[in-house]
Amino acid sequence: MKIEDILQRLDAPVGVSGNEEAVRAVVKELFAPYCTEIEEDVLGNVMGWYRCGIENAPVVMVEAHQDELGLMVSGITDEGSLLFCEVGGFDPKTLPGTEVTVHCEGGDYFGVIGAKPPHLVKDSGKALAVENMAVDIGFKKEQTEKIVRVGDIITLNTGYTKLAGSAFAGRCVDDRGGLAAVVRTLELVRNYKLSCDVVAVATVQEELGLRGARTAAARLVPDAAIAIDVCHGTSPGVSDNAFPLGKGPVVSVGPNLHPKLTRQLLDRAKEEGIDVQIDVDSGDTGTDAWEIQVAGAGVPTALLSVPLRYMHANYEVGDEKDIENTARLIAAWLLTFKGGDRLCY
Amino acid sequence: MLLKELCSLCAPSGWEDEARKFILENIPAGEVTVDTMGNVIVHKKGKGKKIMVAAHMDEVGFIVSGFTDEGFVRFKTVGGILTTVLVSKKVVLGEKKVPGIISAKAVHLQKRDEREKLIPMSELYIDIGAKNKEEAQKLLDLGDYGTFDGEYTEFGDGLVKSKALDDRVGCAVLLELMRNEYKNDMYFVFTVQEEVGLRGAMIAANRIRPDLALVIEGTTCSDVYGTKPHETVTNIGGGAVMTAMDRAAVSDREYFELIKAVAARENIPLQIKRTSMGGTDAGSIQRSGGGTKTAVLAVPCRYIHSPVSVMSKKDFDSVGRLAAAVLKELEGREL
Repeated sequence: MKIEDILQRLDAPVGVSGNEEAVRAVVKELFAPYCTEIEEDVLGNVMGWYRCGIENAPVVMVEAHQDELGLMVSGITDEGSLLFCEVGGFDPKTLPGTEVTVHCEGGDYFGVIGAKPPHLVKDSGKALAVENMAVDIGFKKEQTEKIVRVGDIITLNTGYTKLAGSAFAGRCVDDRGGLAAVVRTLELVRNYKLSCDVVAVATVQEELGLRGARTAAARLVPDAAIAIDVCHGTSPGVSDNAFPLGKGPVVSVGPNLHPKLTRQLLDRAKEEGIDVQIDVDSGDTGTDAWEIQVAGAGVPTALLSVPLRYMHANYEVGDEKDIENTARLIAAWLLTFKGGDRLCY
Repeated sequence: MLLKELCSLCAPSGWEDEARKFILENIPAGEVTVDTMGNVIVHKKGKGKKIMVAAHMDEVGFIVSGFTDEGFVRFKTVGGILTTVLVSKKVVLGEKKVPGIISAKAVHLQKRDEREKLIPMSELYIDIGAKNKEEAQKLLDLGDYGTFDGEYTEFGDGLVKSKALDDRVGCAVLLELMRNEYKNDMYFVFTVQEEVGLRGAMIAANRIRPDLALVIEGTTCSDVYGTKPHETVTNIGGGAVMTAMDRAAVSDREYFELIKAVAARENIPLQIKRTSMGGTDAGSIQRSGGGTKTAVLAVPCRYIHSPVSVMSKKDFDSVGRLAAAVLKELEGREL
């Protein structure tokens, strides 16, 4: 499948942290053509197995998180609008003027996050706080109270948009972009004879503190793991700790990442002519890799990131080439990976 | 549906081509003039008073003002758009409808004091995905215009969400009113450049020299969370809005009372705008030539000038019915 097609499949389904049912169903569909077994744990992590056929083959976990940021109803105002709090960390400045869907027991309802009209706003230069915003679903209080309950989930109605060249804008490209790379990796390796089993994992609740990754890694304790997430892309005023789009996946180095595994990936990139960029992470990478590394008796872990502009805004902008090259690099490494002993000190 | 189609058009002040083309294609009858600024004037000849009925076809939008070396697009707003609704919204630019996202740095990369502040216009830009300046310039030129992108969506209790309700609601009402027969000498005018200073209406009114004018608008409605009761201005679902006075014009008192009486007689809900702020084409028309008596009827629109303005279908219907009844009433009356 083209990255564009995988992204479009993954862009639409909702999966706010802890409420990943809809996206989980799509992940299973996308894993199905390549996997012999698909498991799901109690938290909702999805694990799809691609077996090499060798008994007791080493196991490699290739993962990305399936959850996304969202909002949650915290109250109903006298006007019938919905007060809300954040699930994960949005930039509140991006919210006024945004279309949303309120997911209620009786179905989905359209709404907008309103902003006061220009004529009534004194220019204080201050950003509106989430506490001062409300979702307007177009009903008066009595009707709203019949439809919506405190705790209902709200998602933004932004969606996949093709931009110039191979650039695109999308909803929660963090980390559906990573998931697209996982799916594409499965597709790339299925015609080759591997010497390891691959378990593709879509984790839950990453945005709330890497929770799904902890239980998934504890269950699997693989011989090696590659986490795929996003990193900041360069943009006006943003150059430190950021990477240009379209220049290949970003390979992290630092205490969270296994030096030999990372070296093997970099060597394979060179051999295959895949451009990569290096990110130096001095400690916590803030990704699932941080949990996976210390699962069980320890898991050699590497982290590949797709550069992304405007992380956690309504629209995140990435480059399809970077996702394709992330998958190509992982596939190239999987073809040569023989076992965990090569990763020992 | 006419209103849905009208709202989907991209026609910011100064580049109203798409709206003008659609309107010209949908004029049912009358003698049509397009003037030097692009106003569309439809004359339905009659023997009585000269009456100008006006709505503006332009909407607030954007204009491309530069390119960065990295291929990002610098822009200015056309008309009054609050900086608060700009960040992370989808826009379309130029004739090719190039999609882009109004952008600023990610929240993680903002310093503490930056997080609490609005991002100034000077730090916003549009990301069209171009790799560099050359690639961006292949898609767009300096001076290309753009608007918010978004669908016309019905929701809630008979409400509609769309961009550009201000003032495609007026254009839709005019296209309907033109179907009726009148005794008076009627001019239906679709004006340009209202949002940058009521400009098109000036020259249209100077050309027509009307005895009376009726302006159909979309107007502020702030009956929403966070607004004090005295700031609400109008209520959604409260009916057609009539303006007594705003910053641009004062309604003629006799005309104002006539409209109130017609609304009461016809049982059409009417509310009076509860502020003296804002302005419409009535300001330009009132002061044209030797002066013209004006009145304004409007559809209340929440979140006006944002990508998600909201109106009630009932209010839209009330404005159309009241305008038709008022124009009929003026056939037998002198003011």
